[in-house]
Amino acid sequence: MNERRLKRISSVTAGMVLIGSLLAGLLSSRSEGKPPADRDPKRDSSRLGTPTVVARRTGGGLGRILSGDQVESILRGAKAVQKTWENLTPEQEYYIGRAVAAQVFQTYRPLDRPAANAYLNLLGQSLAVFSGRPETFGGYHFLLLDSDEINAFAAPGGLILVTRGMVRCCENEDELAAVVAHEICHVEKKHGLKAIKQGRLTEAFTIIAAESTAQAGNKELAALTREFEGSVGDVVKTLTTSGYSQGQEREADAAAVGLLQRAGYPDNAMITMLRRMDKQLANARGLGFAKTHPSARSRADALRKTIKDTESVPDPVRQQRFSAALQPILAGQ
Amino acid sequence: MRTRVLIVLLAVSAGVALAAPMSVQVRNGKVRATPSQLGGVVATVDYGAKVEAGTPDKGWYPVTTVDGKTGWLHESALSKKPIAMRAGTTDATTGASSDEVALAGKGFNEQVEANLRKEGKLDYTWVDRMSAFKVDANEISRFLKEGHLPGGDQ
Repeated sequence: MNERRLKRISSVTAGMVLIGSLLAGLLSSRSEGKPPADRDPKRDSSRLGTPTVVARRTGGGLGRILSGDQVESILRGAKAVQKTWENLTPEQEYYIGRAVAAQVFQTYRPLDRPAANAYLNLLGQSLAVFSGRPETFGGYHFLLLDSDEINAFAAPGGLILVTRGMVRCCENEDELAAVVAHEICHVEKKHGLKAIKQGRLTEAFTIIAAESTAQAGNKELAALTREFEGSVGDVVKTLTTSGYSQGQEREADAAAVGLLQRAGYPDNAMITMLRRMDKQLANARGLGFAKTHPSARSRADALRKTIKDTESVPDPVRQQRFSAALQPILAGQ
Repeated sequence: MRTRVLIVLLAVSAGVALAAPMSVQVRNGKVRATPSQLGGVVATVDYGAKVEAGTPDKGWYPVTTVDGKTGWLHESALSKKPIAMRAGTTDATTGASSDEVALAGKGFNEQVEANLRKEGKLDYTWVDRMSAFKVDANEISRFLKEGHLPGGDQ
């Protein structure tokens, strides 16, 4: 057997060990039957760490077969497989959120009413202070949408959009606070990022890891932009078409109740808002919020287990400022 | 003698536990005088800046900035991972490890956004407009107080 043939055989064997290890890692991660976003990253890290260990153990042999750059590239690729939405930085989340909002604006026109938007921002940012995640990379910002659809969207990073129809569904500030608190909690729990398909993140992190300089080259930039667009598309689809899971909606509801309590709003506003929404949505089955959320009645029923369902008289100051700021919208103008 | 050595060792380990370097992971971090989002701002820290962080209390870290200012930062504004800044910035780090690189502002960043803008795929006009809406802590405090919202008393 000549030297070249020996080299080829050992190269193929080493490659198979690596590929086998990668597949074993991936298959064992799938065997739990959980979607990647719900997995414990620590457990994933140890499980998917196998290929790296194998490569290092065989590093001496590999070093003679593959170049240092090739080994490094394989190790980087293996490491990228371990990355999930949890590895996205607040800065990356910020840029995804901006693109998600820009894409939502292609379907829903922003409502250019400065006084109403100023009030919504004052209310929203006053609530965000009491969130479990008061700081995001670019902060929380709120905007009204010119749509009669009863809906609200939380783009990753804190850009929150509320339709005119949703505002009209609320009778007072407390109920609008409940809507906004719910959306803030989607941002806090990073539900939008969890909607991104794992395959896109693996691709993106592989490109990022392969880059040795901060500025991506044209080829890498084109590839990254493609993965970015795909990721944004995943989030927008979840927000506007498929909706979050029932578990995520309930998680946001429960967190919103805590947020309202910490701010000092009556927590039963969450139930009164859902009850009102249930009535309005009865006429709009299959549209907007009704399409993307579990039934308002079932959400209210779940909340009744933890909070009292009593009607409270709205605070007159809050009622006055709510009506003053949103009067044209409430009047259907 | 053994007791004295033990005391010294405990004091050293307590000091280590009390202060650890952390990185600011928000664009405009505000170091507050009190552990509250409504507390006065004693210093501002940029994305990637290093601070010495003590033991957190209810989500708030006591921090010391590089220029010696002390105050509080919420845990959501901080990362235990080092953030290697982009080349050309004052804090630029060379030879970053792959974990650091993942936090180096590469990937989904303004370069990708600029590419999308250039290709005319997305219009960011309203994204920029809504991102410019600012509400300061005084306005929030007044809003909470006038609205009889006790959260503002914290």
